[in-house]
Amino acid sequence: MIRTDVLVIGAGAAGMYAAIAAARSGAQVTLVDRSLIGRGGATVMAQMTVAVALGEEAPDHWEYHLADTLKAGRGLCDEALSRLLCEDAAECIREMDAWGVGWARARDGNRRHIRQVQAPGHDRPRCVYVDFVNTGPAVSKTLRAQLNRMPQIRRTGELLVTDLATQAGICIGAHAVHTTSGGSVPIAAKATIVATGGLTRLFQRNSASINMGGDGYALALRAGAALVDMEFVQFFPIGHLAPRLVGMDPIMWDPFRYKLGGKLLNADMQEFLKEEGRYVSARDHATYAILMEVAAGRGSPHGGAWLSFRHCSEAELRSAFGPVIDRLAANGIDLTRQPIEVAPIAHYHMGGIRADIDMQTTLPHLFAAGEAVGGANGANRLSGNAITEAFTFGRRAGLRAAALAAKTGMPSIKPKPSAAPLSASVSRINPAAEIASLQAVMSEHVGPVRTCAGLERALEHISALGPECERFRAPQAGLDPEWIDWHDLRNMRLVAECVTRAALARTESRGAHQRDDFPQTSEHWRRHQRVRLSSDGVRLEG
Amino acid sequence: MEYGLKARLDIRRGKPGSAGRFERYEVPYEPGQTVLDALRWIRIHRDPSLAIRFSCINANACKECMIRVDGKTVYACTTRLTEKEMTLEPLPNKTLIKDLVTEIAPPDERITGDG
Repeated sequence: MIRTDVLVIGAGAAGMYAAIAAARSGAQVTLVDRSLIGRGGATVMAQMTVAVALGEEAPDHWEYHLADTLKAGRGLCDEALSRLLCEDAAECIREMDAWGVGWARARDGNRRHIRQVQAPGHDRPRCVYVDFVNTGPAVSKTLRAQLNRMPQIRRTGELLVTDLATQAGICIGAHAVHTTSGGSVPIAAKATIVATGGLTRLFQRNSASINMGGDGYALALRAGAALVDMEFVQFFPIGHLAPRLVGMDPIMWDPFRYKLGGKLLNADMQEFLKEEGRYVSARDHATYAILMEVAAGRGSPHGGAWLSFRHCSEAELRSAFGPVIDRLAANGIDLTRQPIEVAPIAHYHMGGIRADIDMQTTLPHLFAAGEAVGGANGANRLSGNAITEAFTFGRRAGLRAAALAAKTGMPSIKPKPSAAPLSASVSRINPAAEIASLQAVMSEHVGPVRTCAGLERALEHISALGPECERFRAPQAGLDPEWIDWHDLRNMRLVAECVTRAALARTESRGAHQRDDFPQTSEHWRRHQRVRLSSDGVRLEG
Repeated sequence: MEYGLKARLDIRRGKPGSAGRFERYEVPYEPGQTVLDALRWIRIHRDPSLAIRFSCINANACKECMIRVDGKTVYACTTRLTEKEMTLEPLPNKTLIKDLVTEIAPPDERITGDG
């Protein structure tokens, strides 16, 4: 049994920032992660940039950043959340700078200013980064170092939260399984923050870690909180496809394009996005354009597009990416001689848990932070807003959760009745294989281009899987892999149903949600769909 | 499989306190694929109970998939498969949890027993 003022679930950038902010406000904090602290999740993998109106490279103001965010969101941003993201960004980025994250700098007379590059969809250079393609690891390490200095934060890895605990309509903590021992750990908390990231593991090709199966969405939904905008999954257009590249994040070509331009080419070696070697196309447009080239028979051999940096010299490549060029060479890739193949890859989820600007969800005493929150990025996220969102929402959630905890008594939480014993064979499925087939179905039918027939086929698969996910044996000691897969399958199935039902209902095309059978954007659909779980199952409101 | 290549992996299985045993798996693969790819394939197609630890899959960012391959400490996600036999074991200097999984969490970030 753990008792804490503030429980933070998930130790990526949002969770770590939330823990720091709550502890600074005087709360005792427990930060848990199913993986190791600061290693799992999406942040550590982010090899790209962070959007913030610092005005270091060119005059800027958060209102310009907000205007670009709203434009990219295709009319569907929750403006109050978008504003929080843009307005608080500079303070967080400067705080990270003071903590020694090491944002790349450029010499400017006798001053060294923070470098800012211009990413697609931004009206000026606004994105900071850490060289070389090291933004995520540097962010993770910096936040970890701050956490370690704060004795009022208890950090615990290998603790997998299976359900939130509620009493009389408020959240009172969570039930977790200690994956090493298989034991149950009830956690009583005055306030709880879900910072578990997104759902991109629902798709076969994704840029996420194994933990991104939508855990937080499933937790919130089952506890009675509302989700929003679940149909909007961002596919990153130029995820690495071929040749096989190991030791690199598949979204690594993004920083290459910021610095070096690069040409996106079809099978005829023609540019099809009218970029003229620049990196300007928004993610939803570029994803759609690549898939249309493939559909027209003009894809690259593995079913994507070519990306060429052959216009760059070895010296230019090395000056921009130093040791990364050696890692590419170890993979047999020489960018001066060969283009590589890229294709859209599931990358981020615009939807998520419905929260207000205090990060309070629709369930009292439950907060959310980072990618787990839906709405700030509308139907298409602007480049560079994900880490910014993690910082700003994490900080806000930590502050507000600590304030609420300060005026709340310690709840009492009962241990959960244990699951079926090992001897009771309650499910005969191989959860690892079922996850793989769910990913295949989601990729085929609920990817960037959708149809009514495809979405209905996906729903059939998802519904048939339901009974198999109901019960499983109790977890055993030793990171019980079958039980963990079953847990993931159960959550992924529920979240997949939310995405698919919301996509089926939205009979228009907007941003990341493209319907082949409803290609127009409709003013009628300039609204959000909320999802709740009722006794009859997943219910859309909206 | 298009290439018809087969990796032969001898994997050390077992729990703490048990004698442990090696199990042999044949895994079809394409050039460029990694030991972690093979371990994930085994879990889907042969034995879902095989315990491995990893988060980031391919980026070598999480550093969780460290194991011994042919007596050398490596990351499973960056070690390429070959047609030779490969021997996979858990890290020898860490407490065994199960199969290829060892205790690598910093001591102050663990809980003992059931909390």
